[in-house]
Amino acid sequence: MRPAPHRRQCLAGLAAAALARPAEAAPAGLYRRGNDADPGTLDPHKSSTVAEAHILRDLYEGLLTYDNHGRIIPGCAEACTVSGDGLTYTFTLRERARWSNGDPVVANDFVFSLRRILDPALAAKYAEVLFPIRGAAAVNRGAAAPESIGVDAPSARTLVLTLERPTPYVLELLTHSTALPVHPATVTRFGAAFTRPENLVSNGAYALREAAPNDRVILVRNPHFHAAADVAIPSVAFLPTPDLASAVRRYAGGEIDSLADLPADQMASLRARFGGQVVLGPSLGLYALALDTRRAPFDDVRVRRALSLVIDREFLAQRLWGETMDPAYSLCPPGLDHYRAPPELAGRDALPIDREDEARALLAAAGFGPGRPLALEYRFNASDNNRNTAVALAEMWRGIGVATRFTYTDAKTHFAYLREGRPFDVARVSWIADYSDPQNFLFLLQSGNDTLNPGHYADAAYDGLMRDAAGETDLARRADLLFRAETIVVTDLPWIPVMHTRSKALISPRLSGYRPNLRNAAPTRFLRLEA
Amino acid sequence: MIGFVLRRLLQAVPTLLAVVTVSFFLIRLAPGGPFDLERPLAPAAMAALQETYGLDQPLAVQYLRYLGALARGDFGPSFSFRDRGVAEILGHGLPVSMTIGGLALGLALALGIGLGAGAAFRPGRLLDRVVGLGAGLGVAVPTFVVAPLLQIVFGLGLGWLPVGSWEGGAPAHLVLPVLTLALPQAGLLARLTRASLRETLALPHIRTQRAMGLPRRRIARHALRGALLPIVAILGSTAAALLTGSVVVETLFGLPGLGRTFVDGALNRDYTLVMGTVVLVGVFVIGLNLVADILCALLDPRLRIAR
Repeated sequence: MRPAPHRRQCLAGLAAAALARPAEAAPAGLYRRGNDADPGTLDPHKSSTVAEAHILRDLYEGLLTYDNHGRIIPGCAEACTVSGDGLTYTFTLRERARWSNGDPVVANDFVFSLRRILDPALAAKYAEVLFPIRGAAAVNRGAAAPESIGVDAPSARTLVLTLERPTPYVLELLTHSTALPVHPATVTRFGAAFTRPENLVSNGAYALREAAPNDRVILVRNPHFHAAADVAIPSVAFLPTPDLASAVRRYAGGEIDSLADLPADQMASLRARFGGQVVLGPSLGLYALALDTRRAPFDDVRVRRALSLVIDREFLAQRLWGETMDPAYSLCPPGLDHYRAPPELAGRDALPIDREDEARALLAAAGFGPGRPLALEYRFNASDNNRNTAVALAEMWRGIGVATRFTYTDAKTHFAYLREGRPFDVARVSWIADYSDPQNFLFLLQSGNDTLNPGHYADAAYDGLMRDAAGETDLARRADLLFRAETIVVTDLPWIPVMHTRSKALISPRLSGYRPNLRNAAPTRFLRLEA
Repeated sequence: MIGFVLRRLLQAVPTLLAVVTVSFFLIRLAPGGPFDLERPLAPAAMAALQETYGLDQPLAVQYLRYLGALARGDFGPSFSFRDRGVAEILGHGLPVSMTIGGLALGLALALGIGLGAGAAFRPGRLLDRVVGLGAGLGVAVPTFVVAPLLQIVFGLGLGWLPVGSWEGGAPAHLVLPVLTLALPQAGLLARLTRASLRETLALPHIRTQRAMGLPRRRIARHALRGALLPIVAILGSTAAALLTGSVVVETLFGLPGLGRTFVDGALNRDYTLVMGTVVLVGVFVIGLNLVADILCALLDPRLRIAR
């Protein structure tokens, strides 16, 4: 227990506080930015969450980076040339690129960083994002020395990247957290403790001031940043908001300037209260149902199509999820780079009653009917809206005589069950892509990709098309191959796409420059905060 | 008395060991592990992480290693906060929870004992009825209802107090969470005080004092001393619960306390973080119960003789 004098002081403080009106005016120049979770790490190479990505994007700058529209713009590199065969990328670093301690950012910093994340000793979660770099996969497997990857620094300002094969989305990969540089001298000196506020040296628009677990991470403008003159907001505090409803109350009380996520079941009341401050945008997320194609009756495409046909995606997306989701009729969300409009599920425009008839006929053909109803178990990770969605799905399936049982668990249990390859009927799966390219969705259903493809779907034609696409340098022909691959998915339905996620945010009228975008990128350096 | 304390401290060691052992195996029985994410890791990345944290070893080896480290005062690394050790995370959370919990305990004691005694001395009067109703409400209405109500009324409606956040423990930020945490305990204490005091007031020694014409004030003091026994007896566990954090209050007010650390740790399967919290809470429970027992013995000579 605390010593008594302290308590007396606090109680006196309480009394004084109750009299005054302390709902404090925002400290000048501090942007209080709601971030859905506390960062588990500020080491970009160990990072794995969206909440961390928001902070890391402010702290560090890769060769390329995003602006507030989610467009890829030059970062540390000011120029880039690509060889004719699409395999060699040569970057010229900015002369004025600096670390927050004033050191120049040199090509060897990137060499050090890329070797570091691929070294299996670091146990990076998402090193695989960089596997397009020549030799990266072998190094990460421990089969080759980190020095052998295709990254060289012929001069202090020249970085040469060699790829395994032509990869049209490689520039976007270089904006990812995994490709951010760390300051070699600090990392060598402090080891894992290099991310401490007293140690961290970063090269982005901001530098770390304070990091208190579950409380806040405060960044301040990095005076050495090459575009420091254009950074309007002097400091930003990232505040974790684990409970979205109370986060909304704190926003309403003027204690937070923006929220990066909203309670989907309160959208109607949020719109009524905050009007234009509710900002929805596209995103790279998929909400789908995986079917265990290893087992009867889910190995039967007729059963899978019947289940998909009667899902009222508009109802789920608009009513249950308050328009924070878009109905999905394809695996890939629309608007991806290096692609065209994705192929759609059959029957989208048919009348509900016709779809139901067709679904019943398909089930009958598969041997199910009033005498022998299909019973299935739907597994999902419990959250309020996943539960509502499950009930709605069961109700839709009940219309064609399908009886649904639920098994819901916490997220860890659910995803561990699927990862371990254990049997299931229908399970909720989701995916947030790392880059805006159809490959980053379609590779999920390649055979052999068992941790991501829990139903162990395997189709030779699909695998062939994906392989051909990976070797194709012509972007139009590649898009065509991927389109044909996705056509197989929406016909064969190993996963039933249900919804595409949207980004949802509350943005204070004081904050300008926020532009919702597919990459969910809102670097603080492009935002402005009115006093 | 010293022998009694020493004996109790010695008893605490096997108790703590049992708590550590049961929790260690329970948390590992939970399906999934610290590195099962919504987006599954590549098998190679998973293997590397397991190896880094020694999770590839047999459970018995992990257990012995953990005990060994614990004996040296090492709580180990956190799996979900990869930049920090468990001790550091607990070191951040404990002062927050102790501040909120300590103030709430003080407030609950003052309100609960004061109002409960007031009600007991004048049974059936207005104060008694109001206290009875208020205490009932305080106990019955859950904190996850009280907290948003207070936020909406005092934070958003009247604008007197901030809705949430810690801000280094600024007094204005403490009011609503302390109130939320204190109200149910105050209700409980008020009911307990009233019941216990009514019982004591009916005992022969109080009746004798009345018959001998002692002033009311003196009688009240004597009665209160006896009536406090059951309260002090439950105070150990109540104090431990309040001081080590409430997940509901911390989550709703956005406070970086231990309660959240514990629940997030369990949900994330952050084994070491959960274990660290369990050990810390265990020490608090054992320690505060010991303090309560000593206080009981001081208040009631009969207990001293019995030992």
